[in-house]
Amino acid sequence: MGILDKHKVLEKNATLLLVGALGVVTIGGIVEIAPLFYLENTIEDVEGMRPYSPLELAGREIYIREGCYVCHSQMIRPMRDEVERYGHYSLAAESQYDHPFQWGSKRTGPDLARVGGRYSNEWHVDHLVSPQSVVPESVMPKYSFLLNRDLEPTYIADLMSTHAVVGVPYTEEMIASATADFEVQVNPDGDWDGLVERYPGAVVANFDGQPELTEMDALIAYLQMLGTLVDFSTFEPDASR
Amino acid sequence: MSTRNDKKEVETTGHSWDGIEEYNNPLPRWWVWVFYACIAWGVWYTVAYPAWPGLKEATAGYLGFSTRARVANEMAAVDAANADMVAALETVDLAALKDDENLHGFAVNMGSAVFKANCSQCHGSGAAGAKGYPALIDDDWIWGGRIDEIAFTVTNGIRNEQSFSARGYGGVMPSFADVFSGEETSAVVAYVRGISGQEHDAALAAEGETLFLDNCASCHGDAGMGSLAATREYEDPTALYPDGEMTGALNLTDAIWLYGGDEATITETLVKGRAGVMPAWSEEFRPGSGLSAAEINAVAAYVHQLGGGQ
Repeated sequence: MGILDKHKVLEKNATLLLVGALGVVTIGGIVEIAPLFYLENTIEDVEGMRPYSPLELAGREIYIREGCYVCHSQMIRPMRDEVERYGHYSLAAESQYDHPFQWGSKRTGPDLARVGGRYSNEWHVDHLVSPQSVVPESVMPKYSFLLNRDLEPTYIADLMSTHAVVGVPYTEEMIASATADFEVQVNPDGDWDGLVERYPGAVVANFDGQPELTEMDALIAYLQMLGTLVDFSTFEPDASR
Repeated sequence: MSTRNDKKEVETTGHSWDGIEEYNNPLPRWWVWVFYACIAWGVWYTVAYPAWPGLKEATAGYLGFSTRARVANEMAAVDAANADMVAALETVDLAALKDDENLHGFAVNMGSAVFKANCSQCHGSGAAGAKGYPALIDDDWIWGGRIDEIAFTVTNGIRNEQSFSARGYGGVMPSFADVFSGEETSAVVAYVRGISGQEHDAALAAEGETLFLDNCASCHGDAGMGSLAATREYEDPTALYPDGEMTGALNLTDAIWLYGGDEATITETLVKGRAGVMPAWSEEFRPGSGLSAAEINAVAAYVHQLGGGQ
């Protein structure tokens, strides 16, 4: 019996064909995906990466909830035009604590991978309340309601524990002090030494200028740290990537 | 199809469904060769480019292709083409930049691109500013309109946490809500509208004058001309004043307003206070996305020639 005749068995037996097809696709998937988990040059070690602070993580949830990723990417590709405009190309390490990552696939608005520190907190408030007040050409919708929505850290420790389950290195100390860290990041007069020690480079400010802790605070805290963690003055690109 | 095949002796596949049979024609030869060529190309591709996973790394491919190397080469090629100009721009004496027509022209064009990518979001694509974000096309300057002063402001920014040399640590406009009563606030507003030549209640403004001189003049000056004018008056007018010397207090005597000159806005300014922030733009403070020395000088040259440069 030649190989073509053996193939006939598969072709004439739908269940067997399904199992066989699944087997082939599985092999393809394993060959493509599995090496990414162990190859040493998939994610290079870079100085400065840390998990999101509780407030930044809450801001990231709002970023996802409002669908910011639909119009904004967070992925500066290694091309001259993008590097000239947005800054150093994104590294895999910079989204290693993102679950899910926010690379996006469409740019109605500009890329946000390195928006942190580019504009003042006041600008972010003005811009989110009414984008056209500062950028008349903008087609971005208004997000002024974020100023009126108070944010409680009720579930922040749970959220961090969940991220820890999928591999984000949140320590028990970080999770235990989640609520305090969450609240102190908007209070420059508070005792935020612990926060900055646990999350180096975290910006402490009353982001939205209001006494209440609102969703606007959290979102701006998140935006202001994007792309600021890696110290590119000491970064040596891995040649094999 | 059937008419063509009827003339030849073509075998059927042997399948028969309800009497319908299927010819077993060979695939067109050109198609078969393209198919084989694609397979060969696919094998070559995995050898030429990074592909096969190993124990520690994937194969690099014999062409040695890397997107990182490609972008680095592209950047280097452009940098090399402008190398002389950029090097000259990095170390140029800004005050004398205008004399070198060629370099100045290069700087303005380069600065225009830098401005559009980085500055236009706050100052507007035409540099006309917005409420709270100064226009850069007039000659009313808060931190100085000389080209070296503009470059310093771009480098270090204003009242940010990034640069120790950021401007504006000399002061912010505090809230006067606890200092002035409602009536006193109205009086100061009337006085400010008076010195800026706007319609106002003269009697109320006279009341406001003392309050202004006691509370506002320490930053805005007795005449309300702002901290820049005061600095120019008392200090070496050619020096840079990075810290303390300038508070950034605005000139209140002209028709140009940062936040607005109507009664409601001046009242809001008095009650809430103001403290505009500009990030530091030097790559020294933001290594991933900041501006190089040449880019800062270029954008300073661009802003300086917009209309109000001093």
